[in-house]
Amino acid sequence: MTSYDAIVVGAGPAGASAALALARAGRRVVMVERGLFPGAKNVYGGVIYGRVLDDIIPAWWEEVPFDRWVVRRSTMVMTPNQSLSIDYRTDAWADAPYNGMTATRSRFDAWLAGRAVAEGATLVTSTVATGLIRDQRGAVVGVRTDRDGAELLAPVVVAADGVNSFLAKEAGLLPKADAAHHTLGVKEVLKLPTEVINDRFGVSNHQGVDIEMLGCTGEVPGGGFLYTNTDSVSIGVVLSLPQLAASGRRPESFIADLKEHPSIAPLLRGATLGEYSAHLIPEGGFHVMPKLAVDGMVLTGDAAGMTLAAGIWLEGVNFAIGSGWTAGQAIDRALATGDVSASGLASYRSDLEESFVLADHRRLRRAPGLVLSERVQQRYPGLVCDLAESFFTVTNPTPKAGGRKWLQAATKKHGVRLRHLVRDGWEGMRTFG
Amino acid sequence: MNNRWQGVSFTDRLATVDYRVGERAHIVVDSDVCRSCTTKACVTACPANLFAPTAEGGILFNYEDCFECGTCYMVCNNDGAITWTYPDGGFGVVFHRG
Repeated sequence: MTSYDAIVVGAGPAGASAALALARAGRRVVMVERGLFPGAKNVYGGVIYGRVLDDIIPAWWEEVPFDRWVVRRSTMVMTPNQSLSIDYRTDAWADAPYNGMTATRSRFDAWLAGRAVAEGATLVTSTVATGLIRDQRGAVVGVRTDRDGAELLAPVVVAADGVNSFLAKEAGLLPKADAAHHTLGVKEVLKLPTEVINDRFGVSNHQGVDIEMLGCTGEVPGGGFLYTNTDSVSIGVVLSLPQLAASGRRPESFIADLKEHPSIAPLLRGATLGEYSAHLIPEGGFHVMPKLAVDGMVLTGDAAGMTLAAGIWLEGVNFAIGSGWTAGQAIDRALATGDVSASGLASYRSDLEESFVLADHRRLRRAPGLVLSERVQQRYPGLVCDLAESFFTVTNPTPKAGGRKWLQAATKKHGVRLRHLVRDGWEGMRTFG
Repeated sequence: MNNRWQGVSFTDRLATVDYRVGERAHIVVDSDVCRSCTTKACVTACPANLFAPTAEGGILFNYEDCFECGTCYMVCNNDGAITWTYPDGGFGVVFHRG
């Protein structure tokens, strides 16, 4: 039997980055991927922030299979017939070192896994890791697979098996089901000619746009997104699972409503459905993140709940890469000392605390609660849209009522008290400041 | 139930998704448990619309068009109603534009 220094389960961004770190350190590492190819099971919602790759793959932008470099970032707050946007553009983001890219996961994930293979990692696709193998003391020493019942043994297993991580569940690190801390992302990729996208979104070839939306998911807490690919536009919503279940509404109906919004419909005119997809997102944030290491195993990426869904920032692929890379390096050191117990692997967590991965999660630990709160979801979008309407509507011959009157009217209409505004404003400062 | 949104029927919607359908049903629903369920959240929450209530109060599940997202078992209130595993290696959904 071939013996490895580490087994990485899942060849998405987290697993590929862990395998790349281990291979570069000269370790024998195998990635076990259940899909036909890396990325076949993966869906995301907008932007891959690539700076995390600077230290891993020098000049990564010269080879990454991107669709467009994002030069416009918009946040849109909306009601069924109003919208207010903050729209930032800089063409500097279309030059190295770049801020973010849109990409297709079947190509991006396959590229990153391919980089790990190029540096010596082994990739086994179409193979499910069906369970953990433990020694007498309970330490993880390998995985069983569905490939003729083959078992793979190694001192360390990296669980990079995604949001439903059955390895983490088997190890008791994640609850079997946890609807309260997950959202459902549903997405439609709508085909449009490249030139039409360029014209409608005001960009040139290779330049892209990403719009995040709040107030477009009705009674279900969540948000929307729209971003440009080379010859398609991706649009979707993210929905809180418990409230989606209670609503009795079908997920795709939220996308249908969004596509009919007067601010969105003109952008999509004439587009045809290229692919429909869905994926769960771990949304609990820092407070519900599981233990990251046990004897012989670490959790990375979505399996460790490392996505940030904080309204303005929606990130996940970068955290997956950062956590996988950090895990790979920590495992290499643990292997060198011969201690792959939870304490031997503890530097994984402490290194993550020093890096953006856990620093950002800690800083924005209050964000999921605030962004998904009742007032932010149900009341503030209408309130700020009405305020904007008051400001921009000329009511001649009636004289302008003025800001204070407008604020009074809008807060009254939407059932918001001034002390709520003050409290939420303070909470917003604490969360994002 | 309204099965059409913006002129795209659910059949047409799922026709945009690539699958390698395996022989083993990776998700199994125990209809005996479902009969006592009053919410049946899986029926509306499943993004691929694969759970169909039967006349006897049970649930029929079509595993062939599954996205393997996990929504159904996460929203299910009844222990043991949904047994959820991944399809065998290489089978199941193949997203090309995810």
